[in-house]
Amino acid sequence: MGVGALSVWEQSSTARVMAPARPRKLAKVPFVELADGRLQGVVSSGSDIGRVYVSSVAARSYAFACSTNNNRPCGGARGMFCKHIQALVAEAVLQYGAERVARGLAVDPPDGEPDAQSLTAAMTATRPVKDDSSAAAQVFSRFLRHLAYLELAPVTSPLPEMQWFPPTRAVA
Amino acid sequence: MRGDLLADPVEGLDEALAAVDAFDGALVAGLLRPGAAQAAAVAGLAEAVAGTPLAARVAEAAERAAAGAAGEDHFVALAAARSALLGSVHDALAQRIDEAVGRPAPGVESSPVVAGEKSAPTAAGPEHGANLLAAARSWLCDLARSGWRGIDHELVSGAAPVVSAMLPDPGLRRRATLLDGFAAELAASCPGATLERVPVRRWADLWSRGLLLTVPGSAGERSDGSVTGRLLPLGVDVQEHATAVQAQVHAVFEPADGGAPRLVRAGVSAPKPDTVVGAGLWQLLRPRMSLLGAVSEGRSMELDAMPVTAEGDLVWDDERARAGEPADPFATARVRLSAATAAPVAPLDRHPVRIAVPVLLEGYAAHSEEGGLAFDLAGRPLAVDTDRIPAAGPLTPEAVAASHACVGLLRWDAGEFLLQPLAVETTVRKKTVAVHAGAWAGGTTDKAGVRAEKAATDAVAVLRERAGRLLRK
Ligand SMILES: [Zn+2]
Repeated sequence: MGVGALSVWEQSSTARVMAPARPRKLAKVPFVELADGRLQGVVSSGSDIGRVYVSSVAARSYAFACSTNNNRPCGGARGMFCKHIQALVAEAVLQYGAERVARGLAVDPPDGEPDAQSLTAAMTATRPVKDDSSAAAQVFSRFLRHLAYLELAPVTSPLPEMQWFPPTRAVA
Repeated sequence: MRGDLLADPVEGLDEALAAVDAFDGALVAGLLRPGAAQAAAVAGLAEAVAGTPLAARVAEAAERAAAGAAGEDHFVALAAARSALLGSVHDALAQRIDEAVGRPAPGVESSPVVAGEKSAPTAAGPEHGANLLAAARSWLCDLARSGWRGIDHELVSGAAPVVSAMLPDPGLRRRATLLDGFAAELAASCPGATLERVPVRRWADLWSRGLLLTVPGSAGERSDGSVTGRLLPLGVDVQEHATAVQAQVHAVFEPADGGAPRLVRAGVSAPKPDTVVGAGLWQLLRPRMSLLGAVSEGRSMELDAMPVTAEGDLVWDDERARAGEPADPFATARVRLSAATAAPVAPLDRHPVRIAVPVLLEGYAAHSEEGGLAFDLAGRPLAVDTDRIPAAGPLTPEAVAASHACVGLLRWDAGEFLLQPLAVETTVRKKTVAVHAGAWAGGTTDKAGVRAEKAATDAVAVLRERAGRLLRK
């Protein structure tokens, strides 16, 4: 089993597996995540504060979807990435770093440092199609679950298991 | 401190860790269809605990696991065996640290209870959430079968409903927080088949701790009454994963009745959205524990009947604390630390990751090499873990490198002792200046700190506004 051959990182109880999210302004895109083989999230409507768009792009195929939280399709996402999806990609790059987004979506951007623009360009160049098996309801419920974390009260009984989760100064 | 003792080998350590590593290797490929090497690894684990009360159960579990037929109880037995081995590693390392720092031995004689064996403090009464514990156990056993190389989104997402149901219940917060952090790492690593490298010991640690916590009664803190007296903070240790944060204040407690000073901790934790980071962490925790404010002001606190656990954790209640006189952590460390006794560690918590011994170091030479920092203690280097310094604070790796005195936590990971700085003293224009990692815990007027606070306030305000509008529809 390769005993004795483990690297220091492999032998570490506190090995850092994920870099923490980088701080970003949340007003435009309150929620973004790389999950279930997609980049997905929630984009605030510019005109109606009660409305949000649920947007997603699938890894590899870049099949995209965008609709409101009331399940109305987004007018801008018929044949190409709408502005919500473009905002989603841009904010994901801020939160996770371009490299992790590129890896998550399986995008091979042309030479040089990938950024939101080059990732979006590389994906649209493949002429992705609309994703009809929309996961909007699921994404929206994950967003609500995410918001619910704010409603949970702090506790002062000890959590010894947090010893496995030291902070890191490294960024994504 | 005797740096030479920290550099010397610890007897028996390599043998115990070799058995752990072999078992952990078996979890990489999973135990659904174990090969010969995996069968040997689980047998080796059973052999390593052959002289303990766990022997018979683990031997049976190893046999079943080797045949690819382990049930849930068998996985729990294997996790217990692994924890017992790491418990012995913990004990050997803790003893070595006591020798190196010359600290009085733990207050109560710690009995050699094997982790996983029933220590039975809270055996009575059916624990609530039994169905959630069962669901968590079933998920963890599925992970062991698939192995880290076999994880996919479908398997990993099985934890989400369990975590969501557990989180609102403070009694299940420990389990929920662990499973949540573990599942997020696994999700970010899917599919396991294409992972470049696997955090072998870490995931086996999280898996076995999670599994042992599904045993009813395993996560109860043993209360040790309450304490009255003066609390002198040494510094703040922050721990965080994407959706949780905990701040632990390490302190010396002086009982009002004149008893011996004690080393204690006071912690506060909260679940959080992953976009709340940096100063936002302090903002979540601050309202629940006035001690964070006292730390920023450099004050002691007077405690009146503050509940405390047998492990020396204060269960903080603002009603039982009031601000005391100014107290400099370096003065506390220089005058009180060496006489303060530590509480014994709970059987389940005996794991090297739990080691965090407050120490004062002075008169060292700091060396930077290959990006790593080390303090030279009489010719022996002690690695300094600057990565653990929280970003939302004034302490930087540069300040640590330029320091001449340091209050920190002595830790151990991946085969070596490490120092986590909590505060340092440096010389600026011939004057000694102290910089504390937790200086911003209670708030700050520092320019960079104010900016970070503002950004964090805005982020939380947006989320609260969104939650108010969308959550209760
Ligand atoms: Zn759209």
